[in-house]
Amino acid sequence: MSTSDKEAPRTAPIQSATFTNPVNAEIRRAAATGIYDIRGGGAKRKVPHFDDLLFLGASISRYPLEGYRERCDTSVTLGTRFAKNPITLDIPITIAGMSFGALSAQAKEALGRGASAAGTSTTTGDGGMTPEERGHSTKLVYQYLPSRYGMNPDDLRRADAIEIVVGQGAKPGGGGMLLGQKISDRVAEMRTLPKGIDQRSACRHPDWTGPDDLEIKILELREITGWRVPIYVKVAGSRPYFDTALAVKAGADVVVLDGMQGGTAATQDVFIENVGLPTLACIRPAVRALQDLGMHREVQLVVSGGIRTGADVAKALALGADAVSIGTAALVALGDNDPKWEAEYQALGTTTGAYDDWHEGRDPAGITTQDPLLASRLDPIEGGRRLRNYLKVMTLEAQTIARACGHNHLHNLEPEDLCALTVEAAAMAQVPLAGTEWYPGKPGGGY
Amino acid sequence: MQQIDLATTPLREMNETLQAQTGADNQTAWEILNPRGSHAVACGLDAPIEVTVRGHTGYYCAGMNKQAAIHVTGSVGPGVAENMMSGTVVIDGDASQYAGATGRGGLLVIKGNASSRCGISMKGIDIVVHGNIGHMSAFMAQVGNLVVCGDAGEALGDSLYEARLFVRGSVKSLGSDCIEKEMRPEHLAILADLLERAGSDAKPEEFRRYGSARKLYTFDIDNAAAY
Repeated sequence: MSTSDKEAPRTAPIQSATFTNPVNAEIRRAAATGIYDIRGGGAKRKVPHFDDLLFLGASISRYPLEGYRERCDTSVTLGTRFAKNPITLDIPITIAGMSFGALSAQAKEALGRGASAAGTSTTTGDGGMTPEERGHSTKLVYQYLPSRYGMNPDDLRRADAIEIVVGQGAKPGGGGMLLGQKISDRVAEMRTLPKGIDQRSACRHPDWTGPDDLEIKILELREITGWRVPIYVKVAGSRPYFDTALAVKAGADVVVLDGMQGGTAATQDVFIENVGLPTLACIRPAVRALQDLGMHREVQLVVSGGIRTGADVAKALALGADAVSIGTAALVALGDNDPKWEAEYQALGTTTGAYDDWHEGRDPAGITTQDPLLASRLDPIEGGRRLRNYLKVMTLEAQTIARACGHNHLHNLEPEDLCALTVEAAAMAQVPLAGTEWYPGKPGGGY
Repeated sequence: MQQIDLATTPLREMNETLQAQTGADNQTAWEILNPRGSHAVACGLDAPIEVTVRGHTGYYCAGMNKQAAIHVTGSVGPGVAENMMSGTVVIDGDASQYAGATGRGGLLVIKGNASSRCGISMKGIDIVVHGNIGHMSAFMAQVGNLVVCGDAGEALGDSLYEARLFVRGSVKSLGSDCIEKEMRPEHLAILADLLERAGSDAKPEEFRRYGSARKLYTFDIDNAAAY
């Protein structure tokens, strides 16, 4: 080899933007194992979100309210349409449905304690209602799921509201799977299935299909519960205008709308990342459906999927939601993905912030597990206290923003308080791009 | 016998009246007149009372029943006795889709035919159908017994768990992971008891038993064709 060959400039290595290292690693993993990746959580890909919106704040045309002095109310009443006993919450932030089975009994208790201390509701999940959860939840929403695991009329009547789950943002159109390693004796008993087998949760309800059937199903549930409690219908962010309209037509008191950042206990990664709409894209079509039917605020809208801060809460409410729901954030408040477990995350082949193998039941934080030793790491009283603190902080944050916008109730926030940082967010939220009066699709606005 | 006429009494009042019964007094026999296809008739009952529905009902008749003995003299719409916990529901006529769906206990007897998805996701209920059943029956059935004195439609017992299926007539096809199994003496005893309680004169020896091959209990990529 000559000297000139050694010194000749070479093309620098170029990584493919399509075949990235993580993509190639997944191809190799699939080739080695023959099985797709299953994980918990919601979409991790970057999608337009509340971060892409800003509040304008007060100015000469609007005056603000004094923080710490002038009131800014936060209460919300859900289920005013048909239920004899609507639910009134102190704050417009609820805890989303998460199952006993996916979560430990201690985690479910902590969620109940925290929600109750903050004056809000928590929700059961696929697997039925546990006495601990009912006992520690002042207001408990009972999910009516396709699997009907643990379903019985006594628990139905013990609930403060019923949530008919049609879809979940992480997997619109998909069912669930609780892998065998999380099926303890108690979980198996509640689900009427053998211990240790993979338990499928159906993607469709076994005894109704379509909105006309749903209307009759809601009638039956109301007849069984004496028309006392609100009936929510939870849909995934998929076709929010039509799904909201059909839920209203079927007789829902409340529509719960879950975007693709909403978490799940376990499903295929390809499903989580490639099916559904970002939460931001769901809200305005759903609100428009309610407005078109004359039902906005009559049928309440609860939005979930990627709510993390009081700013997210305020933005969701400004776009027309009546309340929000949190799942993943509540688990983080309890201790999920806490850096103190980094050594154990490393041992599991992951790292703090990225741990999502909730379905495997080896959660170092003791939350998404049925292993008694791991589960004992979570003190439900301390967990409840942390969740209460977090909910209070989010509420204070939302109030801070609402006061700055001149509102004496969080529900007085409105789209006119917002602008968008990107064209995409402007289109989805239908608020003007910052510094303009324009958003894509604006009536009379061209484009 | 107490009578409630749905031609003049609202559904809500009828269900409220029946749900308020405890079985502790002498008003244990009730007759519902003119159901005329109404939905959610006699649902959510929880007392050892006897209810006779004279006519045809719509969806979810006897839904989530506990303890009560409900007898419908006509035919019923979808989801009869869905999620039944205990008691007895007897249908003189035919039943539409999802009969006994997710039922956890008690006995459902259909003297006519049952449509598709009979016994879907059943979790402990016993169902006896004197006639035939439609396709996809006992889909994901977990626990309990489904007895069919006539024929079964396509994909019987698809993705079955631990429920037992007994069919006297033909089975058009079996669903994924459902296989014919040996009929042992304990199964004949179960059948004899159910047939007697259901008022059928069929002989246990005339039936074949089907159950889960248990190959889909744990996800395996080699079973992908079955999913």
